Amino acid sequence: MKFDNIIIGGGLSGLTCGIKLAEQGKKCAIVSSGQSAIHFFSGSFDLLGKANGEEVTNPLESMKSLPENHPYKRVGLDKIERLTNDALHLLVRSGLNLNGQADRNHYTLTPMGVMKPTWLTLSDFTSFDQKDSFPWKKAVILNFSGFLDFHTLFIKDGLKKFDVHAQIKTVSMKQFDAIRKNPSEMRSTNIAKEFDKENAIEEFAQKANVLSDGFDVVILPAVFGLFNKTIADKLKEKIEKPVLLLPAIPPSVPGIRTQITLRERFQELGGTYLLGDNVEEGVFENGRLLEIRTNNHGDIKFEADQFILASGSFYSKGIVATHDKLYEPIFGLDIDGDSNREKWFDEKIFNDQAFMHYGVKTDQKFRALMNGEPVENLYVAGSVLGGANPLKEGSGAGISLLTSLHAAEQILK
Amino acid sequence: MKKEIFEPYNVSDNNFEQCVKCTICTVYCPVLEVNPDYPGPKQSGPDGERMRLKDPEFYDEALKLCLNCKRCEVACPSGVKIGDIIQSARIKYSKSKPKLRDMILANTDIVGTMASTFAPIVNTAVALKPVRKVMDSVLKIDHHRMFPKYTGLRFETWYRRYAEKKQQEFKKHVSYFHGCYVNYNFPQQGKDLIKVMNAAGYGVHLLEKEKCCGVALISNGLIKQATKQAKHNVEAFKKSIVDKKMPVISTSSTCIFTIRDEYPHLLGVKNEEIRNDSELATRFLFRLIDEGKLNLVFKKNYKKRIAYHTPCHMEKLGWSIYSTSLLKMIPGVELVQLESQCCGIAGTYGFKKENYQTSQEVGKPLFDQIENSKVDFVATDCETCKWQIEMSTSSKVQHPISILAEAIDVESTMKLWQK
Repeated sequence: MKFDNIIIGGGLSGLTCGIKLAEQGKKCAIVSSGQSAIHFFSGSFDLLGKANGEEVTNPLESMKSLPENHPYKRVGLDKIERLTNDALHLLVRSGLNLNGQADRNHYTLTPMGVMKPTWLTLSDFTSFDQKDSFPWKKAVILNFSGFLDFHTLFIKDGLKKFDVHAQIKTVSMKQFDAIRKNPSEMRSTNIAKEFDKENAIEEFAQKANVLSDGFDVVILPAVFGLFNKTIADKLKEKIEKPVLLLPAIPPSVPGIRTQITLRERFQELGGTYLLGDNVEEGVFENGRLLEIRTNNHGDIKFEADQFILASGSFYSKGIVATHDKLYEPIFGLDIDGDSNREKWFDEKIFNDQAFMHYGVKTDQKFRALMNGEPVENLYVAGSVLGGANPLKEGSGAGISLLTSLHAAEQILK
Repeated sequence: MKKEIFEPYNVSDNNFEQCVKCTICTVYCPVLEVNPDYPGPKQSGPDGERMRLKDPEFYDEALKLCLNCKRCEVACPSGVKIGDIIQSARIKYSKSKPKLRDMILANTDIVGTMASTFAPIVNTAVALKPVRKVMDSVLKIDHHRMFPKYTGLRFETWYRRYAEKKQQEFKKHVSYFHGCYVNYNFPQQGKDLIKVMNAAGYGVHLLEKEKCCGVALISNGLIKQATKQAKHNVEAFKKSIVDKKMPVISTSSTCIFTIRDEYPHLLGVKNEEIRNDSELATRFLFRLIDEGKLNLVFKKNYKKRIAYHTPCHMEKLGWSIYSTSLLKMIPGVELVQLESQCCGIAGTYGFKKENYQTSQEVGKPLFDQIENSKVDFVATDCETCKWQIEMSTSSKVQHPISILAEAIDVESTMKLWQK
């Protein structure tokens, strides 16, 4: 089966790359081994939250201090600003409503009750200009009876630091009796599915209005709008006080909606999205990847002019570590990482872990290296690239978005 | 660098250890959404498995509510065979005995043979309201359900009488696993397959003796019988594939999925020798076209707007792309790809009175999509999806092969390879 471009990995990188290429008329396929990490999305895309241990206010400015092998530096700081605009526009064209700008971080309140700097935030959530003040004095935190994935005490404690008086209240509704019968299934996506049906929102808003009497703001878990894309807005219309949604424990309701929105955009552009399939190997000739073989399709191989590896880091098995080695499991590409296991990690778990910086080795054009030589038509994007610690930097989404756009541009040149 | 093969280290026979508890599977379970009595794929699968290994008493009979749609497996980012873990647990631990009703529904072969022998009587009888009421109250087969009509002339009999001889005229040959539905209910689909394959230059042959793939036996807990039939079928496939070098094709996505994957995973029946050459006709044809070995010529006057529904087992196989690619090749076809959702019937599951409501609620989003799609008809590769959609929407359903049979210009297609 022949495509112009095949992307391995259906997460944020793979979808961004696929959308960009498909928008330019390329016939693309994405092979995804299962649902992606967007299911754990907090609602904000980070660009750069911390550099050299310091909190960042202007990510574009602070990028200058990053090490030379950091993906942003390797893309080129002269291109980054334009790519951040391109990324935002691509996401908006896909149907996501986002707030934020690349030269000035805004803040969101985390479920731990602290303010965290970020780049783009879904309109479900509230963006704050200041990290050390909270615009309301009295907050009511509403939770659903029996819902264990929203930790209200953390939020209440966090808000104390802003001199906010917060009170926790719970809501019971018969619409949730059925899912409550099974404690392991009283989770955010199942609550969201009830709201999706639109027969719970009215009653819930009425209760919220009663319970928020005397408070300035209503804090709720983000369980609104899984497949139904309008329900979160309806909720905010019906509740009289300002509503502040906070992420609950994943799978994330706005995250899944984001994944679906991007996947639908890709498919509407004519893209083929193959879910639940694994790429098993590639056929190489003269430094080019000719075709790939997948588990589901066996002898019917997929050919393409260019391939993009966006298979994720350790968690998604884009790279694998065993007791004695690191490797890239699909093609056996070169890994940028220490061969000595002793150097992989620091025993102090909160320190900057070396393994977080490991990834597939690439040349200047982000083409994968195999036995020291670049594969002419295999580009690498997203967290399978090494050179950064997204956890420490708050840079994961930015690296995924910008390196995918960069890879797509190499292909479109 | 030498390529390393990633092989997860598992202590158990299945791979429940690979579950990282992300709960993504629960988002995509069609049953959980409508029936809270079902514990959900994570709890029923990897979580429950750990408990059951400690003590089989932890087995929960509610696992029978699983549709075996495998959508949890398609969604799982860690490759856990959640559906297989659940079905294996049912096989290993369930103490509930199949009821008479379950045996009737599961034995599609025996019931089909009897019913098609007395087809006019049976068809009239099971369509009568009083009979359906009795089946509902005595057998617990839901009265809303209409049984598919039985044919008076079974496909196998028709084939021997009218088609077999002509198949020798071709240079290339395949075997056809027609399945129970084509044999007892809808021989036309088999006739369409022969028409298309003949046009493509292939003679079509039956297996020495095919038996029901056994999917309904497995889901109704009749494991011994399912295993026996599986072994029989693997031998029959071997005679075609290994001895005669004739691949086996089918028009039923569930039959072929069961033979390829459920035989080894659930029944422990080995099928390595036949697996790669057992596939769907749409995939077989696509490969020929993709490799430049076949060209199909289509009639100019065939114009239809068609919606394609991806059956669950087709989603698991990942093969709907072959059917949709073939349909897109027909110049007059405007194809609407429906969002892949379970129709709710799951073979015999939806026929059972206790499951009727769940079945219809599961299917509702799909039915709504179909009603809103304004198409001439729906195309799908699964016979039970076809029944469910025809029973639950205003739309008719056709198999992609039947659509090809109607749209292909047979003579012009044959001329291309006869030259």
